[in-house]
Parts: sequence; C-alpha cells; structure tokens
Amino acid sequence: MSYLTDLKRATGHGSAREGTHRHWTMTKSSVALLLLTPLFVFTFGPMLGRPHLEVIVYFSQPFPAIVAALMIMTGFMHFKNGIQVVIEDYVDQPGREWAIILTTVLSYAAAAAGVFAIAKIAL
Amino acid sequence: MADDLRGKRPLSPFMIGPYYRPQITSMTSIANRIAGTGLGVAAILVVWWFLAAATSADSFATADGVITSFLGDLVMVVSAWALWYHALAGLRHLYWDSGRGLEIETAERLGIVVIVASVAMTILTVLAV
Repeated sequence: MSYLTDLKRATGHGSAREGTHRHWTMTKSSVALLLLTPLFVFTFGPMLGRPHLEVIVYFSQPFPAIVAALMIMTGFMHFKNGIQVVIEDYVDQPGREWAIILTTVLSYAAAAAGVFAIAKIAL
Repeated sequence: MADDLRGKRPLSPFMIGPYYRPQITSMTSIANRIAGTGLGVAAILVVWWFLAAATSADSFATADGVITSFLGDLVMVVSAWALWYHALAGLRHLYWDSGRGLEIETAERLGIVVIVASVAMTILTVLAV
C-alpha cells in the first residue's frame, strides 16, 4: 500500500525516454512490406491450386523463392510487433504478458517453418 | 484519494459509442487493426501450404485442397482484401508520419480512398490470380 500521491510518483521522472525505436521498427518493416506485398501476391497467388510438381519447379527459381521467404520473415516480424501493440491496448491484466509471449513465440515459429519449407522446396 | 482509479481504469476502446460517434477516421483505424490481426491467421495458412508442398504430394493435396475449396477461396479473397487494405492504410500512416494529410477533410477523404482502392486491388487480384 502506497501513501504517495500520483503527483509525487510522477514528478521528476520526465518522459519515458524510450519507445521511439518501436515506432521506427514498424516504419521500416512497413516500407519493406509495401514493396514485398505486390511481388508476393502476384507470384504466390497464381500457384494456388496448381499441381504439386509445378509448384516445386516454380519455387525452385530464385526470385519467387526469395520473395516468398522475405515476405514470410518480414511479415511475421511486423505481425509480432503489431499484435503486441494491440495486446497492450486491449488485453487487461492478468494475461497481457502471456498473450505477448504466445504471439511472439508463434510469430518466430511460423517464420522459421515458412523459411525452412521454402528452402527445402528450392534446394 | 489519489489512488482511487488505480487498477480500475477502463480498457480501450471505451470511448467509441458512448462518448464519440463512429467516424470514418476511427473506423478505418480500427479496421486496420482487425485486418492486421486477421492477416496473422492467413499467413499461418500460407506457411502450412508451403510446409505441405515441401513434405509430400499427399500432404500438398490436402493443404492445397483446403485452401482452394469454396470456403478456402472465400478466406483467401477476404485475406487479399485485408492485405491490400492493411497495406494502403499503412501507407496512409506513413504519409501522416511525414506531417502531411492531417487536416480533417483530407484525413477523411484519405479514409474513403483507402476503402475504394483496397476493393479495387482485391478485384484486380481475383481477376489476375
């Protein structure tokens, strides 16, 4: 139990002095994804519903494989950071930290699985 | 007491509805968050498709069959819209970050542009892919 008033608790601390890098990280991945999104949609999209062998041959080429790997990596890192902001805004205690840990682990796992799959197809 | 509100503060979004009427700016902002969250699910489907293609012809047939079924097609079209919407709404944020387009009429017009352009890009994608 604290006897400090809100004013006493806040005085002298200044602003947080951190957090700007989070915005800058999102800015960088946003710009990258603006370029990657059309490249990915129009390379990956036409492959949906095609025969297995054709898909394997197509993603053995450097350009579609690299675009898909970059899209999955950058996309999931952007998702990890974006969903953290959503959780911090809308998920109350308890559970906020667990939700962030879960989505972070899921993002890294999905990115790793996607890149592994593309590497296995391409090589 | 100064501590009266500690732990009892309302959680966002509590302002929209009772205190603020829904506006094109706030609605396109919330839609951007919903689209981004949904894209996480769509991206996991894409990873599953790639993993299945890397594993075997049988597992690829399963994954590709699910994704190109009627329900799968519906999910993919909605995902394509979410992707274009999120990209365009993000572009709008980058434009705002540069200090431009913040006048109310401009911000509202940009919201309409994002909605119309995302639908146009989705139609283009469905036709081209």
